[in-house]
Amino acid sequence: MSERLVRVEGLVKHFPVHMSLLDSLLRREVPMVKAVDGVSFTIKSGEIFGLVGESGCGKTTTGRAVIRLIEPTSGHVLFDGVDVDELPRGEVKAYRREMQIIFQDPFESLNPKMTIYELVAEPLEIHGIGAGDEERRALISEALNEVQLIPPEEFLFRYPHELSGGQRQRVAIARVLILKPRFVVADEPVSMLDVSIRTEVLNLMLDIREKLGLTILFITHDLAIARYMSDDIGVMYLGKLIECGGTHDVLDDPDHPYTQALMAAVPVPDAERRRGDLPIRGETPQPINVPPGCRFHPRCPYAFDRCKVEEPPLVEVEPGHAAACFLQDEFHAGRLKRGRLPEDQAET
Amino acid sequence: MTALLEVRGLKMHYGTVKGDVKAVDDVSFSLEAGESLGIAGESGCGKTSVALALMKLQPGNAKFLGGSITLDGMNVLALDDEKIRREVRWKRISMVPQAAMNALNPVFTVKDQIIEAILTHEDVSEKEAEKRTLELLKRVGIDPSRAGNYPHEFSGGMKQRAMIAMALACNPEIVIADEPTTALDVIVQAQVLKVIKTLQRDLGLSMILISHDLSVVAETCERTVIMYAGSIVENTSTVEMFRHPLHPYSVGLIGAFPKLTGERKRLESITGNPPNLLDPPPGCRFHPRCPHARDVCTRIVPPLLETHENHMVACHMVNRHPEYR
Repeated sequence: MSERLVRVEGLVKHFPVHMSLLDSLLRREVPMVKAVDGVSFTIKSGEIFGLVGESGCGKTTTGRAVIRLIEPTSGHVLFDGVDVDELPRGEVKAYRREMQIIFQDPFESLNPKMTIYELVAEPLEIHGIGAGDEERRALISEALNEVQLIPPEEFLFRYPHELSGGQRQRVAIARVLILKPRFVVADEPVSMLDVSIRTEVLNLMLDIREKLGLTILFITHDLAIARYMSDDIGVMYLGKLIECGGTHDVLDDPDHPYTQALMAAVPVPDAERRRGDLPIRGETPQPINVPPGCRFHPRCPYAFDRCKVEEPPLVEVEPGHAAACFLQDEFHAGRLKRGRLPEDQAET
Repeated sequence: MTALLEVRGLKMHYGTVKGDVKAVDDVSFSLEAGESLGIAGESGCGKTSVALALMKLQPGNAKFLGGSITLDGMNVLALDDEKIRREVRWKRISMVPQAAMNALNPVFTVKDQIIEAILTHEDVSEKEAEKRTLELLKRVGIDPSRAGNYPHEFSGGMKQRAMIAMALACNPEIVIADEPTTALDVIVQAQVLKVIKTLQRDLGLSMILISHDLSVVAETCERTVIMYAGSIVENTSTVEMFRHPLHPYSVGLIGAFPKLTGERKRLESITGNPPNLLDPPPGCRFHPRCPHARDVCTRIVPPLLETHENHMVACHMVNRHPEYR
């Protein structure tokens, strides 16, 4: 097994915008939503990679394209060194089994008419695992035990509506684990859950990772959760990865102004911490009209002429920590103060 | 000094085919003039029900079974609907609703909707109302040149600001903000919270902010109330709440938030699930999930008592907690 289990290279996903008949008759150019616009990263075997960003930044699209739930416009995803896209049709399913996804909303992702037994058995049927009912039942009990739905017999013949949100999400996790995947995409798995329930699910995922050596792409908008879960972290803005590296390097010493702004904006449950003024204004533009140059420049307090015309590449500021900003070395060396307005703009 | 708003023993249940949902059970708190109070708790804990009751906007199946809501000496619960509409809503207590994204009417301009609110409640000329509207929009950080736009031309943060401006249209004394930033991204959320804090300070507003997110309350309010399963479990200053929470639920809830700085520690979760309010557990409603629960907790509802100066807790075991000083 290679040390880097998942390698994403130049992933691009553009969605065409729906056009009216008149538009197409006039042969107007089809506008594109550039949901993911050239994203590259690698996930080491057995690690949790946190992908963070605000809504519409392309993190969910990236997650789905990585496990081929949607066809990327261009770019490659190498799983254990193999480009899944180039496999013959017959072999794709075997890889599918190794790459699974946990969805955001356990209220929507479970068929309300199926019992827990049927829900957890479904993946076994699809992949033809387990010879008879006996063997399947044993596998299902094992999976339910794994996600702490104990005793499993008590849950087997219940329906999703009889379970709490946290229990439902455990069922969703059991559906994934029963296939013994090596890689799981978890797309905002706790954002629909209440705080007291959320912690249990997060801890469960950490335990499972530890026990089974799972590799996880953990997608979240919540930086504190990303920090709690991830070994490495990637920050997305408007379809691009703008900073990535070890969780502590990126979040404790962010070298991209957007990451700095995110960190400054997160409210913390501590009445005595007061944050300074926010260095950025405005809201994220639509990914149809991506600004030229650095896509963050219209909101960036540090932007200068070069940022308006040239797109900064994602390059390392220190080993294993990369950012896409022309000023990253200034921040890293402390010549510019992180998360604070430059001197000449401080009065505004 | 008597409080501006005084809620005493409020009890409101919802009648359903399966029986009564005991959504608000013996809730008491007060709000001083100029104070900002945060009500935090998980979904279904009754925080929105309390807010709706304050304006008598409760759903049709709600039943008031006891208690009083006194606004400046006037019992709100005793007023008839017409009187509430004319004299209390908007003018004295106004609300920034949850999901402000959908609260604006898509076929009218933002300006017209705020003007309408002013004209309905106050006897002023249209010109005067328009002038006030533009001032309000400016206050919340919307350029007056955008006032004639339709809601779909506004971003999420701007819609939320417009709703805040609308809540202020008739100069209310109390503003209730129900999850005002829940649908917003973190940077926009920070901007909107800043607007709320600035307005509260500049206009001397009394504010009740309702949120499931403790950190939003921590950043915005001077006082924090934590609710669980229809009752208040703890009520104290925000600083005290986060420094020395006393109720086991508050301790658990605060401990369940991952930290953004400092050492990464494994979070302790609260075991179990919140109760079904159709049939809540007897005694303390938190006892089935509480690590400190004793026999008494399963039988007797703990009253909300001031165990320390300016710190109220509803727990029989409060002096046995390790956190207790």
